[in-house]
Amino acid sequence: MTALAWLIPAALFLGLLGLAGFLWALRSGQFEDLEGAAYRILDDDDEPAVADLPTGANERSQS
Amino acid sequence: MALAIDLDTRAIPAEPHHAAATERVTLAVENLNCGGCMRKIERTLDGAPGIANVRANLSAKRVSVAFDPRRTGTEAIIASLAAAGFRAADLATGTTGDADSADRDLLRRLAVAGFAAANIMLLSVSVWAGLASDMDMEIQSLFHWLSALIALPTIGYSGQPFFRSALAALKVWRLNMDVPISLALLLATAMSLAQTIRGTEQVYFDASVSLVFFLLIGRYLDQSLRSRAKGAAQNLLGLKSGWATVLNDDGTSERLPARALMPGMRVLVPAGERITVDGRVVSGSSDIDEQLITGETLPRTVRAGDTVYAGTVALTAPVEIEATAADDATLIAEIGRLMETAEQNKGRYVRLADKAAGLYAPLVHALGFATFLGWLALGAGWETALTTAISVLIITCPCALALAVPAVQVAATSRLFKHGVIMTAADGLERLAEVDTIVFDKTGTLTRGEPELTNSAEIGDDTLAAAASLAVASRHPYAQAVVREVRERGLDVPSFKNVAETPGAGLSRPDDSGAEARLGSAEWCRVAASTLMSDAASEASLYFVSGTGRPAVAFHFTDALRPDAAETVARAQRAGLDIALLSGDREAAVRTAAEATGIARWLAGRKPHEKIAELEKMKAEGRRVLMVGDGLNDAPALAAAHASLSPASAAEVSQIASDGIIQGNRLGPVIETIAVARRNRRMALENFAIAAAYNAICIPLAMAGFVTPLIAAIAMSASSIIVTANALRLTTARLKL
Repeated sequence: MTALAWLIPAALFLGLLGLAGFLWALRSGQFEDLEGAAYRILDDDDEPAVADLPTGANERSQS
Repeated sequence: MALAIDLDTRAIPAEPHHAAATERVTLAVENLNCGGCMRKIERTLDGAPGIANVRANLSAKRVSVAFDPRRTGTEAIIASLAAAGFRAADLATGTTGDADSADRDLLRRLAVAGFAAANIMLLSVSVWAGLASDMDMEIQSLFHWLSALIALPTIGYSGQPFFRSALAALKVWRLNMDVPISLALLLATAMSLAQTIRGTEQVYFDASVSLVFFLLIGRYLDQSLRSRAKGAAQNLLGLKSGWATVLNDDGTSERLPARALMPGMRVLVPAGERITVDGRVVSGSSDIDEQLITGETLPRTVRAGDTVYAGTVALTAPVEIEATAADDATLIAEIGRLMETAEQNKGRYVRLADKAAGLYAPLVHALGFATFLGWLALGAGWETALTTAISVLIITCPCALALAVPAVQVAATSRLFKHGVIMTAADGLERLAEVDTIVFDKTGTLTRGEPELTNSAEIGDDTLAAAASLAVASRHPYAQAVVREVRERGLDVPSFKNVAETPGAGLSRPDDSGAEARLGSAEWCRVAASTLMSDAASEASLYFVSGTGRPAVAFHFTDALRPDAAETVARAQRAGLDIALLSGDREAAVRTAAEATGIARWLAGRKPHEKIAELEKMKAEGRRVLMVGDGLNDAPALAAAHASLSPASAAEVSQIASDGIIQGNRLGPVIETIAVARRNRRMALENFAIAAAYNAICIPLAMAGFVTPLIAAIAMSASSIIVTANALRLTTARLKL
């Protein structure tokens, strides 16, 4: 029965951790655009030079 | 843009480091439809001068932009979006935010309830297992106390939406569905606490918390449906360009967006057009339709000095008003009204459901009480009796019944908003679902309603300007084409206050010479038959006479069909709907349009009362007619038809007379609207059946004591979630007419 003394607090702690994580995600606005998020992972535009090129060149460098 | 940066620069307006140097604006973007658009918008604005951060939101069809107000402005941002092919508009201040925070609030409460439900269930399952084996009383008691420790604050926090709503209902001596829920929650929690203190087994914290958790899921789905509908309505209204003709001091006039109106500006409101701003009448006298504001169907006559409100319509004559308020405040009120139509659900099915739920709520309490007394009478202990009564209270709660129909209506309205259709009549959808015949008007409905002057080369600047001085007072498409032509030539439109419009005929005002200047049909201008003969080749014409003895000047127009007119007619015919064309225009023009769109049944040259007579004839044949029309002269026909729709370009009188308004220059939404209306009807009945079946099965079981409070909580919330989820299907389902 001593196992309960740390199992229950551990379960509660993990649960609270999950809850805190969710509330943080909610606060930081991660549920604001659920449809858009699906497309954003396809859009890899972390090369800074790309933004300066004309649009046409842009499309080519992406493909 | 790396993910970490994204999160950092996110749109929380209150962030101090943004507030210091930049301003933030949220724009509604009409054609933000795909991931590609999102990227294009962000790329377009990212490089522009003065822009600190851009974030497109695909679900909301909005773009949030942070910019340096010293280097750029909202207009410049909208202009650069327009250059990239996106139609954007500023959202009125104060219209964004509340729906969002209501969503988040529910989600937070839901998360807390979820955490508590999971942990209490963990403890409960241990206790149940312990009952079968050999759990110590102390351990069992410890688990109950732990459950209480988690459950009490959770119910206090997550249960608030229910308690608040129940309290609000009780304050006005009414019962709503949250009253039995709150009662059951409080009873179950109080009893469990008492039993925990006494150290017995009848502890139902798990039931209370699960009830809150599952009910919140249903509430959240419902709320997000509503806020989606609201967001779409805000976008539509932001984009819907209310325009006003502003009179300058030097006698010239200009068209300004209603948003740009300032107190003190003088605005000319043509007959049949909606007043876009609150103000005071400076000159002119007209009957005003105030139905939208006051609900009063009889028009009120206003004269100089009277106050008029935005949203009302000048019916009989143009009036000149001086604006007394800016537009933003009015817009917020309009959004409120729109949402009321969507949410208040005064539709026939909804009224029925409301009535059923209203009768049902007292029944729930009576059943619960009867169960309690019945079990006591049969000799059961008070704990058993109370537990069974709580189960009955929970399981019979009319949530599913109360949600079943409104949820479908909100889903349908939200879907229509996304397609640019605003339903203005509460029971419009239900009537649209019954339609078997569509009657189209031609000008402005099948056609773009933006005719172009074909013989502008023959008309001199002076004549054109004189004709335009009459035309500016009317919403008739030909009149507006004359005004457009004047503006294109760079001329000023002289303004006169005493222009009168006769629907179906034309415009007139006293001339300088004492005679009358007239602009309108050949009949109206008394054009000689010989002149008409030579004009017969033209599809449509308008005549202008001024002074005595001078010959009438002819203006000829062509009017192109809407891009998908033929396709829409074909689709409707394939779906088994009868199509007819009923126009006030002349025969040649109507025949051309009917042939081009494949409409076999057409009638030309019909006056407003003749249109009504035609509709009555169809009604007598047993048809249910959907009238689609736009003109000032269509308003009576729109009101007479079984259901009606009008394009957003329509005269305001017609927009008010019709059940719904279609945005954009396509006719396709007519078909979509009928399809959604039919599905709306089917789903409402479906949901009603689900809710009724659930109650029929569960209530006897609960009264007989076969259902524990936990099972009751799960069954009841499951039924609510099922009906809401069923309604949600309507927002994305593929519909075929």
